[in-house]
Amino acid sequence: MSTVTTSTTDKATTADFVAPRADELAALLVGHTRPARPSALSASLTFGWRAMLKIKHVPEQLFDVTAFPIMMVLMYTYLFGGALAGSVSQYIQFLLPGILVLSVMMITMYTGVSVNTDIEKGVFDRFRTLPIWRPAPMVGYLLGDVVRYLIASAVMLTVGVVIGYRPAGGVAGVLLGTALLLVFAFAFSWIWTMFGLLLRSEKSVIGVSMMVIFPLTFLSNVFVDPRTMPGWLQAFVNNSPVTHLSTAVRELMAGDWPAADLAWTLGWSALFVVVFGPVTMRLYNRK
Amino acid sequence: MTDLAVETEGLVKVFGTNRAVDGIDLRVPAGTVYGVLGPNGAGKTTAVKMLATLLRPDAGRARVFGRDVVRDADAVRGRVSLTGQYASVDEDLTGTENLVLLARLLGHSRPAARERAAQLLAAFGLADAADRQVKNYSGGMRRRIDIAASILNVPDLLFLDEPTTGLDPRSRNQVWDIVRAVVAQGTTVLLTTQYLDEADQLASRIAVIDHGRVIAEGTKGELKASVGSGSVHVRLREAEQRPEAERVLAAALNAAVQLDPDPVALTATVNGRGTDIGAAEQAARALAELARAGITVDNFALGQPSLDEVFLALTDHPAGDGGGSGGGGSGDSGSGGGDGRGDGGRDRAGDGDQESEPEGGAPAGRATESRATEGRATEGRATEGGATEGGATEGGATEGRAPEGRA
Repeated sequence: MSTVTTSTTDKATTADFVAPRADELAALLVGHTRPARPSALSASLTFGWRAMLKIKHVPEQLFDVTAFPIMMVLMYTYLFGGALAGSVSQYIQFLLPGILVLSVMMITMYTGVSVNTDIEKGVFDRFRTLPIWRPAPMVGYLLGDVVRYLIASAVMLTVGVVIGYRPAGGVAGVLLGTALLLVFAFAFSWIWTMFGLLLRSEKSVIGVSMMVIFPLTFLSNVFVDPRTMPGWLQAFVNNSPVTHLSTAVRELMAGDWPAADLAWTLGWSALFVVVFGPVTMRLYNRK
Repeated sequence: MTDLAVETEGLVKVFGTNRAVDGIDLRVPAGTVYGVLGPNGAGKTTAVKMLATLLRPDAGRARVFGRDVVRDADAVRGRVSLTGQYASVDEDLTGTENLVLLARLLGHSRPAARERAAQLLAAFGLADAADRQVKNYSGGMRRRIDIAASILNVPDLLFLDEPTTGLDPRSRNQVWDIVRAVVAQGTTVLLTTQYLDEADQLASRIAVIDHGRVIAEGTKGELKASVGSGSVHVRLREAEQRPEAERVLAAALNAAVQLDPDPVALTATVNGRGTDIGAAEQAARALAELARAGITVDNFALGQPSLDEVFLALTDHPAGDGGGSGGGGSGDSGSGGGDGRGDGGRDRAGDGDQESEPEGGAPAGRATESRATEGRATEGRATEGGATEGGATEGGATEGRAPEGRA
């Protein structure tokens, strides 16, 4: 921004600075009892706050949770609506929960990228020398990202309602569906923290993420009913966690209670955390 | 036993085929500043990273205040802070945000964290920059906020990994003053540096590391005595007088004379050996010989042994060439020569001139000198300036620019 102003202030600050005198510093250093270490939750929330501050300083990074989801809703609704369901207003009742799942799943990829770029920076080593709950920095990323997913969901639901989505489940159904999606996205993102720590460059993180996310999200019931697919593909699609998730979200928003798909979705979520959480932490400790 | 802040036995870290740290034994007494001196790639940073629980040793043991850095890593983390070129702050956040974030992570309540951040920013002269992103800070400001971040909770042991590499002389002095003030409060400091003068200014004991091994350890006085007293740097007015000056100096000092890249400059070792007069007086006599030979000397300096000289004396290879092991893998890279510490000139009026050698990688350290502008080189001045430097005794080194100079 105003580089000129900045550099002059820098000079002034440096020139005027005199190191604190010993007695001043003594006052700063003595008599400060060390507080008890923060709880796991508090440390994680603090790292989540850091993610919010990053958004505040670089608001452009919200592009992928605002413009991108709007584009996804409009594009797929009008592109496939007529062909697949006869009309746009009919298709959006089916598509919106699915496209919500698909878009949020795609946005989770950025977690790996931000972990990967951050780990190269100096501040990461400082975090690693702090006496805090070890997974807190990682959980903080994911909490920050949950806020991003929430923004994306709100944007998409708003656009959906504007172009004709009328969820039968009402506000409660929509909130439940969104909550389930956020839980799953949080759990699923541990895959990305793992890749973010494992891979050596941002580009390779993006590459690998694409390889995982495209088949996983498109080979599901997000766009179409799997019954039209060949048997071998149905076998995959019907057991994909994304299918369980999008069915559960769709039915919650439609006012139903999809017990089986809910259970599957939460089961998959637990599995992702249990498997990829420890792998992430192992990589984090070894980095 | 309990009075040791750091104790390592046979510490080893291997990266691929490079034994970055190859069996280091250190004993750092609590409450002191301990200097770890070595060129790039010597293994300093790797050793510090292991002590700060960032890297796992491949062999050997390290204890910080009696706690093992691997098995008891969490307890160690509770007592140490690390400031280095890698462990810093978040560039995207402002100064205040960084300190509040870290204070919160150390368990301070939100109001306490804000208050602590404001206190430290004010004390470190960063109040005006508090709401600016750290990426817009100058190098000196960066280093100050790094150190501020490290003393949010006053650590029992502070690792300072090359705290002044890349800083201009003024910022370097500011960092030194902060370090002295922190140490005065009882914190043990383990300082790594490539600069002998920095170790000299701050540390009470020094370990010299090369190729991942400790090649010398002792007090400053012991180390310097092992190398010789220092060297005299002379600047002539006329380049054509240099060959004659070389001859006169070689005869007067009975030592080898080097011709510097600068065509009017030369450097001679003052070893003080074989004579019963001090090095300073020896140098003064040599200067008098030059005057007698009709050679105009514009400027001279009697400096303590440079890192190069220490290294040559201890290892038979010059500092900085890494002897083939390179800087690879040790994380020490990026802080080589040309780092802005060159011909820094005068840093603080009335504080004694301080000048680093312009030859890059390993500045010769502190040189008390008299400049042409302040009066021609005279014998009296030489003795005065040299007395603190040449004697190879401890104590003289820090004198003359201690904080009281400003009080």
